[in-house]
Amino acid sequence: MKGKLVFLQGARAGLPIALGYFPIAIAFGVLAGQAQFSWQEATLMSLLVFAGASQFVGVSMLLSGAGGLQIIAATFFINLRHLIMSLSVNDRMRDFRPLQKATLSFFITDETFGLLTLGEDKWSGKTPPGYMAGLMLTAYLGWVSGSAVGGLGAEFIPPQVTTAMTVGLYGLFIGLLVPPARKTRSYALIALASMLINWILSLVMAGGWALVLAAMLAAGMGIYLMEEDQ
Amino acid sequence: MRNLAIILGMAGVTYLPRLLPALFMGRVNFPPWFQKWLRSVPYAVLGALIFPGVLLVDRDQPWLGLAGGLTAVGLSFLNLPLTLVMAGSITAVFLLQLLV
Repeated sequence: MKGKLVFLQGARAGLPIALGYFPIAIAFGVLAGQAQFSWQEATLMSLLVFAGASQFVGVSMLLSGAGGLQIIAATFFINLRHLIMSLSVNDRMRDFRPLQKATLSFFITDETFGLLTLGEDKWSGKTPPGYMAGLMLTAYLGWVSGSAVGGLGAEFIPPQVTTAMTVGLYGLFIGLLVPPARKTRSYALIALASMLINWILSLVMAGGWALVLAAMLAAGMGIYLMEEDQ
Repeated sequence: MRNLAIILGMAGVTYLPRLLPALFMGRVNFPPWFQKWLRSVPYAVLGALIFPGVLLVDRDQPWLGLAGGLTAVGLSFLNLPLTLVMAGSITAVFLLQLLV
């Protein structure tokens, strides 16, 4: 298939993420403005970090008087979860060129990871780099452009809309997980165990750690539950 | 200046865990148990991302996120496309906020 077409297909697949990111990024830009970030700085953070939860935490910490090193340390722990996601995505990029791997890995978020691993798979495990790039860049554009709009002082989005749009991203996760979990019982067991473990662990440790540990442990069940080859 | 330093610091520590697997997973062949673990990761990660996070969408009203999540589960069981599942959960929460 032509490279351009593959890219456009990926871009189309990434559109729901971009639409989900946009209003949340506006909320981020507004908050960053309150923390004395210019709109250029807010946009630059979205361009260079591209990890929503940590960006919200970062500017919130700044607002409550935290120091730079504290913020950077918190960011590291919040975003450590991308390590397991990147393991999984890079497993699908084995045949890519090193520069492609290093570049595409930058764009791994909860949502792009979810869509790339559990979204409609018409490539039977061999997703081409162009498709990944289209999907990821679309999501990135939604996040970065929303941050710029919010940073420029757009406060026309009421908080109820932001809350509702946040649920939309959970809708994305759920819509991705339910079909394979219905088809294959071991997938459902792994996902449910992960929820339960995460719930228990998040009562006793910071959310970022709980999520990473829960996902690693629950995926360990797969060693016993998964078929040898598929 | 301080803002820029914070942005660059955050960018560095965020890219590092994303990049590491790209550097060392080249042509290494993993044992079967690790391959099975890897194939299980998406289901485990998605599960942990959904719960209990969905309850924190509105920290003062956990039932709001729960209602949105259950709407998404229901719509997924109807085999609706992803965009409609998302739109449905967004609409449900938006309407609930107006009503309550």
